[in-house]
Amino acid sequence: MESQLARIEQSFNARYSLRVREALDELHHNFTITDPAFPDHPIVFASRGFLKMSGFLREEVVGNNGRIFQGPKTNRKTVMEIREAIREERAVRVHILNYRKDGTPFWMLFQMSPVFSKEDGSGVHFIGVHVPLRRNKKITNDGADAAWNEIAFRPCRREVCSDSLVELTRFLALDTGTSCKGVEIEESCEASELEKHRAATAINNILSVLARCSESTGRMVCGKRCSLPAAGLINSSLNISLGRIKQSFVLIDPHLPNMPVVYASDAFLKLTGYDRHEVLGRDWHFLNGVDTDSSVLHQIHESILVEQPCTVCILNYRKDKSTFWNRLHMSPVRNATGKIAYFVGVQMEEKCKSQDRRRLSPEIRQLGAVGAVKGNNLWHRWTFLYTQMVPVYERYLEKSSVADMVVGIMDYFDPGSYARLTTRLNPFNSLPGTSSDSVRLSEVDQGLH
Amino acid sequence: MLTIKKVPTVVSNYQENSEKGFEGCGRNCLGKCCLPVSKLPLYAFKEDNSNLIGNSVEKSSEEQPQICFLHNLLLGQWEDRMSRGLFRYDVTACDTKIIPGRYGFIAQLNKGRHLKKRPTEFRVDKVLQDFDETKFNFTKVGQEEVLFRFEKSNDHKRRFFPTAPPVTADSDSSSVVAINVSPIEYGHVLLIPQVLNCLPQKIDHGSFLLALHFAIEAADPFFRVGYNSLGAFATINHLHFQAYFLAASFPVEKAPTRRIMTMKGREDKGVIIWELLNYPVRGLVFEGGNTIQDLSDSVASSCIFLQNNNIPFNVLIADCGRRIFLFPQCYAEKQARGEAIQELLDTQVNPAVWEISGHIVLKRQEDFDDASETCAWRILAEVSLSNKRFNEVKAHILEAAGFQTETEEKNRDHEGESIHDQPSPKAVAHLPQDCMVFH
Repeated sequence: MESQLARIEQSFNARYSLRVREALDELHHNFTITDPAFPDHPIVFASRGFLKMSGFLREEVVGNNGRIFQGPKTNRKTVMEIREAIREERAVRVHILNYRKDGTPFWMLFQMSPVFSKEDGSGVHFIGVHVPLRRNKKITNDGADAAWNEIAFRPCRREVCSDSLVELTRFLALDTGTSCKGVEIEESCEASELEKHRAATAINNILSVLARCSESTGRMVCGKRCSLPAAGLINSSLNISLGRIKQSFVLIDPHLPNMPVVYASDAFLKLTGYDRHEVLGRDWHFLNGVDTDSSVLHQIHESILVEQPCTVCILNYRKDKSTFWNRLHMSPVRNATGKIAYFVGVQMEEKCKSQDRRRLSPEIRQLGAVGAVKGNNLWHRWTFLYTQMVPVYERYLEKSSVADMVVGIMDYFDPGSYARLTTRLNPFNSLPGTSSDSVRLSEVDQGLH
Repeated sequence: MLTIKKVPTVVSNYQENSEKGFEGCGRNCLGKCCLPVSKLPLYAFKEDNSNLIGNSVEKSSEEQPQICFLHNLLLGQWEDRMSRGLFRYDVTACDTKIIPGRYGFIAQLNKGRHLKKRPTEFRVDKVLQDFDETKFNFTKVGQEEVLFRFEKSNDHKRRFFPTAPPVTADSDSSSVVAINVSPIEYGHVLLIPQVLNCLPQKIDHGSFLLALHFAIEAADPFFRVGYNSLGAFATINHLHFQAYFLAASFPVEKAPTRRIMTMKGREDKGVIIWELLNYPVRGLVFEGGNTIQDLSDSVASSCIFLQNNNIPFNVLIADCGRRIFLFPQCYAEKQARGEAIQELLDTQVNPAVWEISGHIVLKRQEDFDDASETCAWRILAEVSLSNKRFNEVKAHILEAAGFQTETEEKNRDHEGESIHDQPSPKAVAHLPQDCMVFH
């Protein structure tokens, strides 16, 4: 089993070709690229400029989440704003206090932008551009430095008469021992128009490089979402959450005839020896083999039909044909309206009965995975629905129709609803190349983002 | 004495038996008879006196790449209780939606939470009331409703004991995590500090610190801990916090805030306070702190001030314990005085901490169908203290929390004020007037 780093590198190359790193290194911007498909949304590329600015080595950065640059004085709400933007797969621009490797903090304009697959509209990467801001720069709305010249000083114990920003800062940082009591000033910065412009340009340049490189592999990307993902597709934000669950489990879609696997955790792949692409879309039987007890299979099937959880012990086969006893727990995962969205199946290899008294029992560990899936599922659908689908549809339908539609598709991932939804979008059904499971949207529409 | 009639929320399967009187033990309850010899699992957390986030070089213990132990334990146990049929209804089957709008209020249609029952009279004009043994309290809860004990570790190491913890554990300080049998969300639990000591619903430094550690140990920004004082819709006068897991941002977490400038006092504990802006309920947000205890004590002191001055309030601990929201409120009193708007009374929404944060449980289909951001805003605005009153209370809270501020009324109208608002925060500038003036 390859290490995570090796898989990160492989995945990046597979989409953009081997030339991409060279091409990205030619850009002088400070930026990182992250991949939400991997557990904990790690950085998969860091530019030389970024490494120099932050003081970290490449191997200390790639494979880690961006939170390693945050510290005690980083504004929590800003962190939340970034997290929300990632969940909603949209761009964001914030001022954030980051920390270098040596622990020194610095203000930064951070602009993040998603990269979408042209083929199916899913979010595949995020580009993060970092523009360091000049320290303690306080600028009013019109962006004029000259604002400081307008500050009048009244006499104080320590007389300061200066139009220099640096001296002002020093004065403010003076000890509280003076009669002019020390006031805690939050150092914060606002970026100038120039700095904002620089960030935007950087994003565009990086996107161009990625788009160009992806053409050669055929797995093209673009900066805007140009098609809507098929129903049942796990969006990247749910992916990130599910990726945090370390037990072996799969999600199956019980509405489709062969009840395919729509998600498989890393631990599942490790347990069974399969690669992800060999598992997704396959019917849920695929772990069974000649010696698997068919009455147990029947029991599972029954439970799914009556929408009840069940726990069974079943003989399963790995990719290399070796067998193992699988203590399988299946449980329904519901939608906003209470209808079943998926079934989650958590696997536990029977021989793994832990002798360590201090660990959770296998039963509770399994149920923990179920709980985590249930807890996450619902909200990601809503986020996806409201932040991605609705704004897109609003461009093309009247407000009232959108409202109707939203009420009607509360259970968005129900294939029936989705089909009804897509047939309403008449302008698009007539576009050439419209497939039944994704809706192609005009690329000249400026309003998408 | 001001009272309102309310159908209390049933949080335990034993609650409705309470009127018959407690019949002595023969079952596994949480009283002195049973708890000390129970075999409940024990999660012992490490009391960490360092800063919440730690320095940038070492990875912080929260937000680990993988869902942590406590999370697994809690949700796994919760799911287990679900399969044992201990909940009054399946919360995952309740109609839920996010209301389109700027903040994304969350509405849930939950008819099962308040079963038809005769309403009880609740006294709402006293935040501090003595513990009453004759009324329902958590010592009467059956142990099957308890998931695990949650206490500070004896040896500064995080530990888990699946059964029968060591005898040295001080049973008087046993704190437990129990299910809420009328959950409003997946994983809805109750944290009951020192259950045997039968403390009334009243914040003290120790129990608040416990609640904060609970949020920290869960290590998930979507797992929040909440508290309702008496008069702010707590219905059981036995000290408890609530918590659950909801994988979306609460509207209040998205609200813009303005930092309240404070003087660096002699003992600067590093706590930073913000004021909520542009949100229907006025409130404060506490962050930072040189140590976890500093942040906890700051909030606890503020709560104690409110309690002692009979101001009902709600508390939300969010962002793995890094942001703590404090909402003084007045709705129950309004209701009792007959000042509440009928339209809002009809929705029967009890604006406790979760509602104030933006997760609103509705009982009627039409309220759910018509739910809009304007509606939610209107309901919550009724809960808030008025601007004037809030400012008075705020000044006292800050003092209680150990801060000194200049009177800010003078500075308030200055253009130099900053508002931390997306996407570009301006520089903060509350400065004492005898040093600097902005033109």
